Amino acid sequence: MTLTIFLILALVSVLSSILVITQKNSVISALYLIVTLGSQAVLYFLLGATFIGVLQIIVYAGAIMVLFLFVIMLLNLKRDEFGPDQKKGQRVLAFLFTLFLAVEILAALKIGFSDGGTPAGAVLNPASGSPSEVARSLFIDFLYPFEIVSILLLVAILGVVVLVKKRF
Amino acid sequence: MVPLNYYLILSALLFAIGVVGVLINRNAIVVFMSIEIMLNAVNLSLIAFSQFRGSPVGQVIVFLVMAVAAAEAAVGLAIILVIHRSRESINVDEVNLMKW
Repeated sequence: MTLTIFLILALVSVLSSILVITQKNSVISALYLIVTLGSQAVLYFLLGATFIGVLQIIVYAGAIMVLFLFVIMLLNLKRDEFGPDQKKGQRVLAFLFTLFLAVEILAALKIGFSDGGTPAGAVLNPASGSPSEVARSLFIDFLYPFEIVSILLLVAILGVVVLVKKRF
Repeated sequence: MVPLNYYLILSALLFAIGVVGVLINRNAIVVFMSIEIMLNAVNLSLIAFSQFRGSPVGQVIVFLVMAVAAAEAAVGLAIILVIHRSRESINVDEVNLMKW
């Protein structure tokens, strides 16, 4: 049952991410990106990581996608703005090298898990994904990184304001 | 129960799709979306490892990655806006001022 849900979600996320990168219209690819992010959030729920799953929907599918859609609409792009490739064969080379990369990663996975799917001693433990467990780790072991993130976000806000305010 | 390997293979596939998206698209916004796909693929493998290990540390790292991705998206989209203002285009082939 879980395996069926996983396979459906995997299919949906792979297909929708292929659609993201092949669409001509960037609004449509943004909408397909929401499908990808949503199916990954359900995968997180399937793994038991409820906190990160909710965060994925709020931050990615909510905030970041709204930002993308706003910028797309601000730019008001024409449909066929991008002509033919400047360099011939760039697409073919891109596919070739990425195929090589994918084969490499999958081979590494195959070597790493030569004795079947899960390494010995590893069991799915949904309890470690609960908000209280994540919060305990976040506020005890990772307190300094957590505080530094606030500085990062502040700097990002200031940077955006400075970039967009001036006319270069 | 779904084995850990399945999650890692799905993550590798999504990462490869993101790489193809960065390489074949010339629309800067779609290139950004492909980068988001890659970040999400890595997040998926981090969460799978974390849940199979029974430790929340991987999820804290995913939390930090999300914060960095949000900052990156905001700054990157602002840069795209500025480029569009000065060049009337967001084709990444035309942004070659620093090209050797």
